[in-house]
Amino acid sequence: MRRIGIWIATGGLLLATAACGGGSSSGGGGDAGAPKSQTLSVGFVAEPANLDFTSTEGAAIPQALLVNVYEGLVKLDQDGKIVPLLAEKWEVSPDRKTYTFTLHDNVKFSSGAPFTADDVVFSLDRVKADWKLKIKSQLDVVDKVEKKDDTTAVVTLKKPSNGFLYSMATRLGAMFSRTGVSDLANKPVGTGPYTLASWRRGDSIQLAANPSYWGTKPALSSITLKYFKDATAMNNALLTGGIDVISSVQAPESLQQFADPNRFQTVEGTTNGEVVLSMNNGRPPFNDKKARQAVRYAIDHKALLETAWAGRGQLIGSMVPPTDPWYEDRTGDYPYDPAKAKELLGGKTLNVKMRIPNLPYAVASAQVVKSQLAQVGINADIEPLEFPARWLDQVFTKGDYDLSIINHVEPRDMGIFADKSYYFRYDNPEFGKLLASADSGTEQEQTEDLKTAAKLLSDDAAADWLFLFPNLIVAKKGVTGLPKNAISESFDFTALAKQQ
Amino acid sequence: MTLYLLKRLAVLVASTAVAGVVVFAFMALLPGDPAEIALGVNATPEAVAALREQFGTDRPPVVQFLDWFGGLAQGDFGTSYVTSAPIGPQISDRLGVTAVLVLGGMAVAVAIAVPLGTFAAVHHRNPLGAAISAVSQIGIAIPAFLAGILLVFVFAVKAQALPSGGYVPIADSPGEWLRSLLLPWLSLGLVQGAVLTRYVRSAVLDVMREDYLRTARAKGRGSTGALWRHGLRNASIPVVTVLGLQLATLLIGAVVVERVFVIPGLGDLLLNGVAGRDLLLVQGVVMVLVAAVLLINFVVDVAYHLLDPRLR
Repeated sequence: MRRIGIWIATGGLLLATAACGGGSSSGGGGDAGAPKSQTLSVGFVAEPANLDFTSTEGAAIPQALLVNVYEGLVKLDQDGKIVPLLAEKWEVSPDRKTYTFTLHDNVKFSSGAPFTADDVVFSLDRVKADWKLKIKSQLDVVDKVEKKDDTTAVVTLKKPSNGFLYSMATRLGAMFSRTGVSDLANKPVGTGPYTLASWRRGDSIQLAANPSYWGTKPALSSITLKYFKDATAMNNALLTGGIDVISSVQAPESLQQFADPNRFQTVEGTTNGEVVLSMNNGRPPFNDKKARQAVRYAIDHKALLETAWAGRGQLIGSMVPPTDPWYEDRTGDYPYDPAKAKELLGGKTLNVKMRIPNLPYAVASAQVVKSQLAQVGINADIEPLEFPARWLDQVFTKGDYDLSIINHVEPRDMGIFADKSYYFRYDNPEFGKLLASADSGTEQEQTEDLKTAAKLLSDDAAADWLFLFPNLIVAKKGVTGLPKNAISESFDFTALAKQQ
Repeated sequence: MTLYLLKRLAVLVASTAVAGVVVFAFMALLPGDPAEIALGVNATPEAVAALREQFGTDRPPVVQFLDWFGGLAQGDFGTSYVTSAPIGPQISDRLGVTAVLVLGGMAVAVAIAVPLGTFAAVHHRNPLGAAISAVSQIGIAIPAFLAGILLVFVFAVKAQALPSGGYVPIADSPGEWLRSLLLPWLSLGLVQGAVLTRYVRSAVLDVMREDYLRTARAKGRGSTGALWRHGLRNASIPVVTVLGLQLATLLIGAVVVERVFVIPGLGDLLLNGVAGRDLLLVQGVVMVLVAAVLLINFVVDVAYHLLDPRLR
């Protein structure tokens, strides 16, 4: 009864206030008669710290700018294939050390400057000279970059590398104008279909269609990227028409609100994010392969995915997402078998520290993992740590943990297991050799080697792979061209459109 | 009065300086290294060391403190670790938004509390007065963010009458600006209004029992007239005290309400800063908040003196 009293009281008051405000607010809502300009607004979780991805880490910057504002010679398509972008085509020499890129000849930067092979040389030389990120080492394999003529650039590698072309599809391959790098943090100059129109820090970034774009012009005149730190606030914004698209749903249980097919559509695709149950290979008890194998047998992955993440996502079994060419379903390596787990433990009970980041998927998964492990005699003590600060410090840097759960979102990141100082503390020289031979071999050899490497990780139980993180997009009905899979660094706006 | 003002001002400056030391010490105790966080899961020990040097976090704490506080005294808040932009302008941008939020919330609270509280006091013997008192009791129990979530659910999600969040600068569209702030103002104002209603009610009740009010009525004024003429000023003294204290509470409430409504104010800046261990930014924002609270107390003290001639 009392509660009803408040509702009535607040309702009456709001009506009064709304009536007062009604007169002056007509300016904002009164342009319904004006011609509809094609705009969309998309909700994101993380806002860029600044716009310079050559010196600032953070996935939010390439997510907003790559492919949309900056373009590379090649890009990743929705199936994970490398396709032409600023380069019409490319040729690889028989010794696989020389790449000759033929460029489109009608390309201009948003500043008006033409894009030529000089800019390719400039941009790639700049990676080595001026970039400040660790990932720049991926292009260390480049020996030299030369201009043959205005539309031909030649890249020579020190040794054959399959990783090179893939890196060129990431932010490392973004093409910058020789006259456009003076204020990268605030004024990006690229060749892409959109340009930066405005940025209201703490709120939104607005991109406008580039009128002089060389390729197929975008269907929208502008796109607003709105940033929400709070998942509920983002859901509410879509429910109330504040935004048109939620770029990535943070918790699958919130999908119920958008179940009405007359108003909303849900798109489910894949990501590069392997949700890894990491085990500390460097200290007892998980320096013992049998203990790690016991963990893998003890976990009922299907039940875990249902309980923790509403069945959204995919079971993988190793460190490879299904969009990579060397993907194999490795979920059969360790089928759910608690009896076998107990046998491997030899009747012992283990007491372990599970230090997880305080993120929704980790917290939800940890509960299930704990109860499943308890059934085979492993008592996991869950300790949620503030992410990123405390998790990075305790688990990642100091390696003070037995179990942890984190979504490893970087593309083609199996290589982190080759670094024995990485927080998994996994040390198997055989694995490193396979990766090295994969990078220098032919494409076919690469695929074979990486399949073997993924199998090795799985057999060794270097970690357990809980599930592949799903890409869940919710949009208003009528929005088309949404990128189903989140497998590149960018949120590709180029095909986005809105039916009237 | 002048001497009192000077004394009070000296206390204000001294408290701000002490607050500076405390804020810095607490930030130093916060676990997590800004350089590690900035570099994320791709970091090498060498890169982290280089970045520490660039940030200056490899220096002894005392040097860092003197550097920071010396800059602060000259109005220089330093440079953010995360955005590499000067912190001062960022804070002043956000401060404007938060100030509008807090003052609007206060205005709502006063607009609710003064009439309701007075009414409840005058009619404290009949059911309506008691009902107001009871409802305000419930209002006190509701935190501002919960009020915000409920308001969004009712007026944005269900009624689709107002935006669920976001902020439109007044320069872009005054109408949208007002619409975007209505619910945040209400979430802050309703709760504080409930608290304030109880203070207004008891202050007015106290005043109504005073001899001078009876005398005024004996001289022929109606009870309402007497209250207006002689009561309100006296009743306002305790209310102003509470109002000052509440402004501080509202500032803290605003931090949370900004999160619920996606408003780019100081609270939003503060929470981002803490998550990224942008220590200089956090120190700057906290110092501004502390200074604001100290300043409010100062103004309240001065206001006493103006309202209450006995203190002069």
